[in-house]
Amino acid sequence: MRKELNAAAVRKFAANNIVPIIFIVLCAVCIPIAGYSGTYLVDQIITRIVRNSFLVLSLLIPIMAGMGLNFGMTLGAMAGQIGIIFITAWNVVSIPGLLLAAIIATPIAVLLGWFCGKMLNMARGREMITSYMISFFMNGVYQLVVLYGMGPVIPLSSDQVILPRGYGVRNTIDLLNVRKSIDNFWSIKLFADENGAGGITIPFLTIILIALLCIVIIWFRKTKIGQDMRAVGQDMEVAREAGIKVERTRILAIVISTVFAAYGMIIYLSNMGTLNTYNSHSQIGMFSIAALLVGGASVSKASIKNVFLGIILFHLMFILTPQAGKNLIGQAQIGEFFRVFVSYGVITLALVLYEIRTRREKAESARNLALSQEATA
Amino acid sequence: MMDRIKELAKSFGLPRLIIAGFLMALFIISPFAGLSITAAITDVAGRFGQNALMVLAMVPMIHSGCGLNFGLPLGIIAGLLGATLAIETGIGGPVSFLLAMLYSTPFAIIFGWGYGKLLNRVKGSEMMIATYVGFSSVAFMSIMWLILPYSSPTMVWGYTGQGLRTTISTEGFYYHILRDTLAIRIGSLQISIAEILFFALFAFIIWAFLHTKTGTAMTAVGSNAVFARASGINIDKQRTLSVIMSTWLGAIGILCYQQGYGFVQLYQGPMYMAMPAVSAILIGGASVNKASITNVIIGTILYQGIVSMTPSVMNSLIHTDMSEVLRIIVSNGMILYALTRKSGASR
Repeated sequence: MRKELNAAAVRKFAANNIVPIIFIVLCAVCIPIAGYSGTYLVDQIITRIVRNSFLVLSLLIPIMAGMGLNFGMTLGAMAGQIGIIFITAWNVVSIPGLLLAAIIATPIAVLLGWFCGKMLNMARGREMITSYMISFFMNGVYQLVVLYGMGPVIPLSSDQVILPRGYGVRNTIDLLNVRKSIDNFWSIKLFADENGAGGITIPFLTIILIALLCIVIIWFRKTKIGQDMRAVGQDMEVAREAGIKVERTRILAIVISTVFAAYGMIIYLSNMGTLNTYNSHSQIGMFSIAALLVGGASVSKASIKNVFLGIILFHLMFILTPQAGKNLIGQAQIGEFFRVFVSYGVITLALVLYEIRTRREKAESARNLALSQEATA
Repeated sequence: MMDRIKELAKSFGLPRLIIAGFLMALFIISPFAGLSITAAITDVAGRFGQNALMVLAMVPMIHSGCGLNFGLPLGIIAGLLGATLAIETGIGGPVSFLLAMLYSTPFAIIFGWGYGKLLNRVKGSEMMIATYVGFSSVAFMSIMWLILPYSSPTMVWGYTGQGLRTTISTEGFYYHILRDTLAIRIGSLQISIAEILFFALFAFIIWAFLHTKTGTAMTAVGSNAVFARASGINIDKQRTLSVIMSTWLGAIGILCYQQGYGFVQLYQGPMYMAMPAVSAILIGGASVNKASITNVIIGTILYQGIVSMTPSVMNSLIHTDMSEVLRIIVSNGMILYALTRKSGASR
């Protein structure tokens, strides 16, 4: 009897965590094939965690408010990039530069988030596809501003940033001014050899920033507005009956997410050291969402634990597959395609599983209701 | 009088009116910008023939209530498999086009069947999942194009002898097979009758199908699923059928595109091909749950008209090419408009 119960429990656990399990197996297979050293992998993973976790954390609040995965986080990333473009053109260096970038990005992110929230309120029940299309649409507007507006309309004159033709921002910008300035502010190195090469670098200041955001998110859940969001996420109509301003709460959730994404993008870019003006933001949207889902989150439920597990597993796969593909078939290209496939595939799988699970739960609760009614009759 | 104009504008749809007006303006401006109208018309007609079938591929799924077919890349992949297999045989000329259509059909049916089964299990969020089904299948096939054992020298990378090229010319196979057949040529004006007939044939088939018993049942499923079930229609079966049809039309659509464009685009090529088609049918006046053949025709002409006219007109007027950016804004803005519309939100 007890054994059966255990088997059922294991099956249920596996069914609920199928995506992380697949990834753990995948990484376990790839580690020996790729043949990287342990220190290298740990160092890389720490780098990826500090680079990405702020961005992935920004996705949590809309999920709490029942709005699904916020594909509109790219809007925040765009705002962050605009901030970075300005400070590079003005030559503001190091941490003051990043702070200034954050100050510039905030109002833009608030505005974009408000727009996105408004739109999503008009498309209730299909928030995800709408937020996805908003990110596409805004990408066009962003290009219009950055590629044609910057120079003639928005005065910027810096050879480093503006194309030689006199307007428009370059394809890639070297962020020498702010590269790793948060990370190097206070960091230690472990296990390095005599020359200081290799080893594991731990950037404390970035880690503190991320920890701070985690605490803010935990605290936020307990505040009045956080409770309201959860209520709206549970059931919009009930929340409305209870006197919560549903529309306002939903817009607020998206605005907060967008602003956090903007800050996250600034941290990300400072860590990367280069800005791909026309690609970075759309890529980061996909990778952040995939990472969160890999960590075992679903469309309606995500925690801080999911964020970190997801980043570790997803980026481990990212580091391993090109090398594994090269060692296995002799073509790194296959590994590259494979990781693109995995990123998209994981999102597909997680969305499908979520839908199937919700339907099953709905059917079950309906059956239970019918049974209980029969019993009373 | 004012009311009647307002009524007319309402029935025609404001965005459609604005876009049609914009296109008219472009045509009026173009002679002053030193462009030839006939060349412009030739261009739009060619693009219409190339793209209309992929826009038509939206219709069955919208009818059965599966929403906009963001998973069009799956159908395109079936078409690409057909195209590459046909080229692999080495038979040239018109036969290769028929072969490509023939080979892609079983793939389209199998893919469409699986895709339909999947969409039946996720009712209510088809569009989001369809988008990602499209993306993941393109990414998966990118791996396959590298390792599938193709050997035709026209397709395989020259120096390694392995893996397909990113673009393969259809020259010598079915390049302009429809475009140059039965073409009307007056000066620089060229309109291909065969291409338009080819589209008309499929459009007629779909139109006729939607008026058969099965077609009516499909529309019933889309407009009111509860009512359809009450009248004894197997909802899941109808939806799967519609998805198979859409996927197959996507496969034929890409073949038609390739014969006009001249190249087979593999790897990441099909990734975003759903967006122009989705946007075209919406510009044509369709909504998330309602579409007709007329929407397809008007939408394709308007969308392709703007895409082909804006760059040339803008380039000659202000010497900057913002057309790509404008295209992104207009086409995605159109999709957004459809998604956020009240009437569309009922389902």
